[in-house]
Amino acid sequence: MSLLELRDVTRTVIPPDQPALTILNGVDLTVEPGDRISIVGRSGSGKSTLLNLLGLLDMPTSGLLTFDERPVKSYSGAARDRVRGAQIGFVFQQFNLLPGRTALENVAMPLLYAEGRAFWRRKRLAAEMLEEVGLGNRMDSMPDRLSGGEQQRVAIARSLVRGPRLILADEPTGALDLDTGSSVMQLIDDVATRTGAALVTITHDPAIASRARDHFRLDRGVLTRVDEVELATASEALS
Amino acid sequence: MRRAFTSLVGAVIEAWQELRVHRTRVLLSLIGVAVAVCSLTTVVALGGIVQQANEELSERQSGRPASLYVSAYSNDGAPVDSSTMDATWSETLARYDIDFGSRVMQTTQAVPFTTGVVQVQTQAVDQPYGEMHRVRLSEGAWFGPDDEDQLAPTLVVNQIFWERLGSPDLRTHPTVELGAQGGMPGTTAVIVGVYPVASYETEPAMFMLVDHLAAMKAASSTVTVEDPYAGSTQYEMWVPPAISEQLMEIVKRDFSSALATPGGGTGGIQVDVYRQDYAQYGDDPFLVTKLVVGGIAVLVLLLGALGLVNIALVTVKQRVREIGIRRSFGATAGRVFFAVMMESVVATIAAGAVGVIAAILIVQNPFTMDLVGQGLVSDFPPFPAEAALLGLLAATVVGALAGLLPALVAVRVKVIDAIRY
Repeated sequence: MSLLELRDVTRTVIPPDQPALTILNGVDLTVEPGDRISIVGRSGSGKSTLLNLLGLLDMPTSGLLTFDERPVKSYSGAARDRVRGAQIGFVFQQFNLLPGRTALENVAMPLLYAEGRAFWRRKRLAAEMLEEVGLGNRMDSMPDRLSGGEQQRVAIARSLVRGPRLILADEPTGALDLDTGSSVMQLIDDVATRTGAALVTITHDPAIASRARDHFRLDRGVLTRVDEVELATASEALS
Repeated sequence: MRRAFTSLVGAVIEAWQELRVHRTRVLLSLIGVAVAVCSLTTVVALGGIVQQANEELSERQSGRPASLYVSAYSNDGAPVDSSTMDATWSETLARYDIDFGSRVMQTTQAVPFTTGVVQVQTQAVDQPYGEMHRVRLSEGAWFGPDDEDQLAPTLVVNQIFWERLGSPDLRTHPTVELGAQGGMPGTTAVIVGVYPVASYETEPAMFMLVDHLAAMKAASSTVTVEDPYAGSTQYEMWVPPAISEQLMEIVKRDFSSALATPGGGTGGIQVDVYRQDYAQYGDDPFLVTKLVVGGIAVLVLLLGALGLVNIALVTVKQRVREIGIRRSFGATAGRVFFAVMMESVVATIAAGAVGVIAAILIVQNPFTMDLVGQGLVSDFPPFPAEAALLGLLAATVVGALAGLLPALVAVRVKVIDAIRY
């Protein structure tokens, strides 16, 4: 049973006073629980648009997008937001921690949109998640007091605190040095493996991309499956 | 239901965190709102006091709403029998259970001061007059219900009168001789009260009871002969405005009937019953004052709101990334809208409360009361609850309006663009 599926998905935008622009063209992608997928592509190749669709932040112009084998079009806007909050976790390149909030408050933030026990026990759950990523001693630290690696760990804890079934990592190591990036990716891998979540990583970095089991290249809106050798070639071309 | 509750609590927590994190900016922006609400509430409350002062001034001059005046005159100019008028007046008050009725006579009385004898303007009234015309006293007391039975007339004199006597302590029951002229002894009267004077008054004046004046007239001819007002009596009653129209008809009928000649005609005597208080025309005489005060208040509030909207819009622009992050973690558009609105409303209600408290402190202190009341207000109104409620309501509305635009901007944020922004 697929977690997320795109079938012949096209996304077109119409810039003012210009002809329609096709950003994504005939994209097919199936994400199963526990999958490890990497997507590489140049700037302007449509990675952001694809991330919007995978994260249920946007709707395709044509084609089929399903989550849990249910067409996303059948969800209301609010229901889509709730599914995203409960089932999808984002890890961003720039960490995107909320300034002025402690690490604990940042991790607890997604639980403000949860219901029931998860909402009322959010501080305890957030603390447990921070312990899990090795930041149990930095809970009350503000983001600007944390190193880049620590900030990304907080961001990972935040993305996983609601136990998502799909993790979308957008250049997760782009702002980190090589060693830190490697340890952060190892952490994401470990947590995803332990929770059984699928991990889709969008990256320029061939080393990061090679950690995945399935590799794709996005070029001018067309998504193509590539093998390890093609991935290395694609990565070289990108760099 | 459970979802709605957690959403509400979550939105309040978000709003509170936001206010806490940006407290300096919030405080600065809210100073404007607090000042605006304080101004609004103060202006409304002071407007109430000014209106009360105007009302009291009007009531002192022409009585409280509804004050009915009864007058009778003959078409041929012959005097109307005052004893019949007095008797009819007493019957009317008793018949319709009217507690506040007073005869009013203008006269003068010769009073010897150390500087010589002065003809003092005197108003002879009945005991309820003090309540009917809000007579304020600076010393002593107004006539009591039993004063009519006193053998010596009692007087309530003005400040000038009292000071010319050397400001005697009223507890010593100071007396003056009324009508002592040409070596003839007068009537000893006891001063029981002193009323303050307006700045334009320069001469002594006094109140005495009509019955005492009548007794003095009966005992000796002390009423100044050349006094043009001597003997002309006004009859005044204070009744509920709701029944005043009906009562005017009835009283007129009763007086006409009582003054009619034995043959059944009125004998050429005309009876008039009319209202003379400030509210006689039904229109709100303070409408202009209220409109001016209200206009100023709204203007002040609008300026405060504009400042808040301005800051809120700039703030939301700076928070695009944060809103995008929240959306990516499951915040619905409605939740973002509500949270941004909530921030504005929670903050402005807090600012409104501070503004209202400041307004109460400003309005209810003795300095302001003296300044605004100008010595004209005896019943200083308590801080008007409607002004406080209006202030809080205005703060809430301003918060909602000021939050509306930023909230609309917030829900239109494109999530991934905002995050990569």
